[in-house]
Amino acid sequence: MSDHNYVPSSKLGKWFNDRLPLLSLSAHLREYPTPKNLNYWWTFGGILTFCLVAQIITGIVLAMHYVAHTDLAFASVEHIMRDVNYGWLLRYFHANGASMFFLAVYIHIFRALYYGSYKSPREVIWIIGMIIYFLMMMTAFMGYVLPWGQMSFWAATVITNLFSAVPFVGESITNWLWGGFAVDNPTLTRFYALHYLLPFLIFGLVILHIWALHVPGNNNPIGIELKKPSKDTVPFHPYIVIKDLFALLLFLIVFAFFVFYAPNILGHADNYIEANPMVTPNHIVPEWYLLPFYAILRSVPDKLFGVIAMFASIFVLVILPWLDTSKVKSAIFRPIYKQFYWILVIDVLVLGYMGAMPAEGTYLLIARAATIYYFVHFLIILPILGKKEKTLPVPLSITDPVLGGSPNPNVVKKKEIYN
Amino acid sequence: MSDQKKPKRRDFLFTTSYAIGAVGVGAAVWPLVDQMNPDKSVKALASTEVDVSSLEPGKSITVLWRGKPVFIKRRTQEEISEARAVKMNDLKHPEKDEDRAKNPEWLVMLGVCTHLGCVPLGDKGDYNGWFCPCHGSHYDTSGRIRKGPAPTNLEIPEYKFINNNTIKIG
Repeated sequence: MSDHNYVPSSKLGKWFNDRLPLLSLSAHLREYPTPKNLNYWWTFGGILTFCLVAQIITGIVLAMHYVAHTDLAFASVEHIMRDVNYGWLLRYFHANGASMFFLAVYIHIFRALYYGSYKSPREVIWIIGMIIYFLMMMTAFMGYVLPWGQMSFWAATVITNLFSAVPFVGESITNWLWGGFAVDNPTLTRFYALHYLLPFLIFGLVILHIWALHVPGNNNPIGIELKKPSKDTVPFHPYIVIKDLFALLLFLIVFAFFVFYAPNILGHADNYIEANPMVTPNHIVPEWYLLPFYAILRSVPDKLFGVIAMFASIFVLVILPWLDTSKVKSAIFRPIYKQFYWILVIDVLVLGYMGAMPAEGTYLLIARAATIYYFVHFLIILPILGKKEKTLPVPLSITDPVLGGSPNPNVVKKKEIYN
Repeated sequence: MSDQKKPKRRDFLFTTSYAIGAVGVGAAVWPLVDQMNPDKSVKALASTEVDVSSLEPGKSITVLWRGKPVFIKRRTQEEISEARAVKMNDLKHPEKDEDRAKNPEWLVMLGVCTHLGCVPLGDKGDYNGWFCPCHGSHYDTSGRIRKGPAPTNLEIPEYKFINNNTIKIG
């Protein structure tokens, strides 16, 4: 890295930096050499950092007004919505912020899948990312329980009951999770404590995620390892900072649309009915960002194997760097993988849609087919494809294809046509 | 690496220190884990008495016991004969109706789907019993699982008739 010999200009700065090298860190972050061909799909890391910080800030403020008790929780959320100054704004921002966070994380993950960012030498970045994603799902789920509406209560019941599928000790585990014999006040208070804790763990993991990123440096759309710094890189500041901020601005327009014009469209009307342990709503569905996993859970006709399949669908992502055997990273140079990639995107969207539909008839059959395909993609197609696929020639540097002389004949041909 | 290297006094001290340390850490962690288990105040709310005198045949009521719904159904003669006519081979979780409802007219069971804990709906489903709307489990007139992802029959809690009109659950 380029900043080992950084020396602060002021005497005070030097004195401080010798004792705690924060200024060196800041210099590293500014000068960090970044591939110059990063496209807008690479701006979601910054957007996600914003989402996390925004969720923590709005969350802490909401916690000042929320009461974690089964008798008071629902009313305290209504109190936030009606009485607390700007309470409606803070809660709508926090609730929609969760959805925006997941929207951004899914784009971030699918970008990594397209450009092979999970491959060597970036496996650890990818695994930390998956842990963050898993913690995000836990945090979002527990946060969804706090308003103590009907959907809150039944989501808590269904998700905690997943553990009752564990042989022999399932019931003891669920009773332990609940602190009783059903979801009740002890469950609510511990979910509140954990919902407050987990974002800070995520924050710590984000620092590790970025640290691990800064060791090999960013992947890039053509997926080659670069010499850093070189004519293929630009300093992070101001080039990437400004681009990330511009992307964040566009993202915030979408964000603001939901907060101000459609704050409840991503939620469920039943959650404005207070929790009632005697009646399950006719059609319970999780929040949209968990629907693909829910579809996988429901498509297996056996309880234990359904739960195993659901967790396995996340676990195959963790071991993805070793399932994808191709040495070529970017889908740009993998014509067959590119097609399978888009089929996977459609497959996950289909799973999401099926997760929102009742689990019967044709819906169930489609969900089953999509579940099988999901695992086939990761466990069969990717390992074989990496060995069999005839990839296109990869350029030697970012500037190569631009200046002509690309080893990729298609690029050269195109250039000839345009000339 | 010498194979015949004898354990020394120091190795013994290391091993015993680690062992004692592990026990100490375990003892310190256990209260942190156990505090999440149901406490005595939760366990104390263990029984509920229900007056069922106003229940007509074919009707059912739902009462709350330990935070969970309990179905009390006064079954009609057809429902009883339907439940008793089922062959054991047709059942995913074979249980005789005679064992589930000691007094055939009264079926008392937890209204908690054994799949993921939703409350099934009464008089619905393919077997005229209960149907869970969450993930599509069908239960028969004895509350036995017949179709869908639930692994076992609806659970029968401990209960007894204190007199002709009152059931004590728990």
